[in-house]
Amino acid sequence: MSAPSSPLRSNRVLRVEDPDLLKGSGKFVDDMHLPGMLQAAFVRSPMGHAKVVSIDVSAALEVPGVHRVLTRDDLLPHLATEFIVVGLPSPAYKQDINRPALSGLEVVHVGEPVAIVLADNRYIAEDAAALVMVEYDPLPAVGDPREALKPGAPLVHSSSPHNLLAEFDMGYGDVDAAFASAPHVFKESLWQHRGGGHSIECRGDVAAYDPFSETLTLWSSTQTPHAGRSVLAGMLGWEEERIRVVTPDVGGGFGPKLIFYPEDVAVALAAYITGRPVKWIEDRREHFVATTQERDQYWDVEIAVDDNAKILGLRGSIVHDHGAYTARGVNLPYESAQTVTLAYEIPAYFMNVKLALTNKVPVTPVRGAGQPQGVFCMERMLDRVARELKLDRAEVRSRNLITAAQMPYTKPLKSRGGRQVVLDSGNYPACQADALAKAGLADFPARQAAARAEGRHIGLGFANFVKGTGRGPFEPVTVRVDPASGKVNVYSGATAMGQSTKTMFAQIVAEQLGGDISLINAKPGDTGSIAMGLGGFNSRLAVMAGSSAHLAAIKVRDKALLIASKVLKLPIEDLHLIGGRVEAKSDPSKSITLGQLAKSVAGVAGFVLPDGVTPGLEATEHFVVDDMAYANGCAAVEVEVDAETGGVHINKFVIAHDCGAVINPMVVDGQIVGAVAHGIGNALYEWMGFDDNCQPVTTNLGEYLLITAPEVPFIEVSHHESPTYLNPLGVKGVGECGVVPTAAAIMSAIEDALKEFNVFIAQTPITPGEIVAKIEAGRKSA
Amino acid sequence: MESRKITVTVNGQAHTRDVETRMTLADFLRHDLGMTGTHVGCEHGVCGACTILLDGRTARSCLTLAVQTDGHAIDTIEGMAPNPKDKTAPMHPLQEAFRDNHALQCGFCTPGMLTTIIELLRDNPEPSADEVRIAISGNLCRCTGYQTIVAATLDAAKRLKAEGRKP
Ligand code: FES
Ligand code: FES
Repeated sequence: MSAPSSPLRSNRVLRVEDPDLLKGSGKFVDDMHLPGMLQAAFVRSPMGHAKVVSIDVSAALEVPGVHRVLTRDDLLPHLATEFIVVGLPSPAYKQDINRPALSGLEVVHVGEPVAIVLADNRYIAEDAAALVMVEYDPLPAVGDPREALKPGAPLVHSSSPHNLLAEFDMGYGDVDAAFASAPHVFKESLWQHRGGGHSIECRGDVAAYDPFSETLTLWSSTQTPHAGRSVLAGMLGWEEERIRVVTPDVGGGFGPKLIFYPEDVAVALAAYITGRPVKWIEDRREHFVATTQERDQYWDVEIAVDDNAKILGLRGSIVHDHGAYTARGVNLPYESAQTVTLAYEIPAYFMNVKLALTNKVPVTPVRGAGQPQGVFCMERMLDRVARELKLDRAEVRSRNLITAAQMPYTKPLKSRGGRQVVLDSGNYPACQADALAKAGLADFPARQAAARAEGRHIGLGFANFVKGTGRGPFEPVTVRVDPASGKVNVYSGATAMGQSTKTMFAQIVAEQLGGDISLINAKPGDTGSIAMGLGGFNSRLAVMAGSSAHLAAIKVRDKALLIASKVLKLPIEDLHLIGGRVEAKSDPSKSITLGQLAKSVAGVAGFVLPDGVTPGLEATEHFVVDDMAYANGCAAVEVEVDAETGGVHINKFVIAHDCGAVINPMVVDGQIVGAVAHGIGNALYEWMGFDDNCQPVTTNLGEYLLITAPEVPFIEVSHHESPTYLNPLGVKGVGECGVVPTAAAIMSAIEDALKEFNVFIAQTPITPGEIVAKIEAGRKSA
Repeated sequence: MESRKITVTVNGQAHTRDVETRMTLADFLRHDLGMTGTHVGCEHGVCGACTILLDGRTARSCLTLAVQTDGHAIDTIEGMAPNPKDKTAPMHPLQEAFRDNHALQCGFCTPGMLTTIIELLRDNPEPSADEVRIAISGNLCRCTGYQTIVAATLDAAKRLKAEGRKP
């Protein structure tokens, strides 16, 4: 089914987004200004858990320039439901815990919004927010998900029976039998932490209500405008028709912006209630306390292998920190558990997963969405096997990796939507071999010995990954030729947030419509221009929206040729599209522009359309695919560890990866490298900390470390292309791939560097202090 | 709130305004002058997105008060391209190098990166890759992993040298 790649599609095409962004004329939500606009600031809970006794807004209202302060009581009359119900369906839930628009009874995490202040500017709004007097009655809080599940633990919500939000089992095969007869069983407890999304642009909304058309428009820095519209419509009890959600330029998404937030509802309602446009721009501190994060998972796992290191089974349990509310669902730990076995042949598997409520901001996917944790578990266990059986780490993997000859390979697992997991394509052993060769495995032992002789500790580590991409079921795209300008507009709910979506559309559509990218005007992310959409997440846009755009463009092309043949009175075979025109191959002087063609089918009252042609030069396609396309790869990394300070320096980083057919190699490299840098941060720097009372202790970028340029090594990317049969372009998603194997590969390299100290790393991130402690422990036991 | 009248030259053009003494330079540029090319990513001086040139040296406009710039000259991203309104006109060689090397994805960190690198290239017209990494170490980018920004900077240095131009 996959089409041959064309020069336009597989090329390094420069991005259409760039000129505006480079000249400072991008249009981000904070760049919008509407006449009469009020600025909002939120009053937020300073406590991890408390009853709200009273809220007194009188002092705030006296500040000159303050217009309104809205609390839960002010919003309730306008809401059909005060709850944001967004949990993806699953039979695993034990309780439904949904966020309110504004909290007014009980606050359950620091940062939870309790009031919105509207003023002439943000300075005044913040002054006044500090004067809103909220009386809290503190309640015990619980932050460690393992503690939260113990009998007698403080309740995260005083009205809940317990803190177990959901529980499910995943697996296949007779795992107990596999372990009972296994010659070797190794057990580990892993702690895995990932921090926040931390797009450099925080969240933000502008809302305006038009009483004339009775419609509300919300411009929001969101990855999912259509979902936002439907949640908002549901909460207000309005028809979706009355709400338009528009995504302007987005300064990075990385997961947390796919969620619909209390602030979004509050800002929208504030505009409706006051009749004035309202803007709220999240500041970084708010991003730390009120934007969803990924945080903690605790894994207890054991692996059973035979004497040849062939895996017999893997089993264990995960306790997952869910935060205080359901803001997305059980999907994140589901993906973690699902990812574990993907790359390898594992005859029996079992994982029990418990999602624990905690008094912290809700947990939802950050780039990678639980999959780095699954890979980390598998790869750490394989390193353990290699060490225990005194085998080469690469050899242990090679004996267990699924091979190209086995593709498509059916895993006895179901996706969270209930579909069979089928690995469609890829050559996993080839990626491993390539990454290791490029990382210099051949002469590494000699280099390592030489370094050791100089008193330096260098190590090589690596990790394989397989990642589901292109989550269905569909992402509609409309391709429409504008009769006036002859330009080709592309509409979709597939939001752009830095991943070059507009360029992707331009390449795919121009390929069919005459090859001129400058004629393509991609305008994604507006519910006003296309009825349905899911949005940007799960490395899905090139797969889902790209395929729809491809099919829609073909339809428009065919129609353009048909109309032109009627108008020019020439056979279709003699026509082709070139630039913005249909031209006769036999006589290039005979041509007609796309704009003229569009006009000829735009309809003139009383006049007939060209014979046999339907109205309008446009097409909408909803390419549907339920199965995911599985990307894969291998990251190999060389580190040097300073045994005195525990400092880790990355000397070399190679990632061999396969995301199927490549639409734009420049963009693919950019996605991979950016995600690897994120992964390095997850391994060595990023930590979202809380104290025992669930007070966040890392609430600025001095305390919470995002990786900076000097810590990032040069990252070498090696492309492998196994086109998938699942979509007409043969593409797989790429946006998250780089992050998935990175922490696992780095830990493997650190261990290798410190093998004389017998260090085993069962956590991510790891700090220099912790590395020194492990070296000390190794020295003592030696 | 106390206000003061200030005159600030931005990209060569003088602006006189009454501003509250507590207003940051970032907000002054973005809200009062409507120059939204300068971005705000943290408002506490770490991310570098808000970096502008103040009398030719980089400064964080989120940590600078507008009143402090009275009588001074500021350069922002909007002033870099010779003909910013003309879509087809070439941009500054650094901007062109950014585009050619895919040194931006979402583009939110870009304004601060560009101003920081302009300063670098003025001080050090032929930097090494490591020197570029250190020069941009006060600018956070969540998208690119910095690699293409380093490549673009080295490329821009070459272009400027070839053209015999100062950044
Ligand atoms: S906004 Fe000024 S440094 Fe981040
Ligand atoms: S390009 Fe998005 S933060 Fe740098």
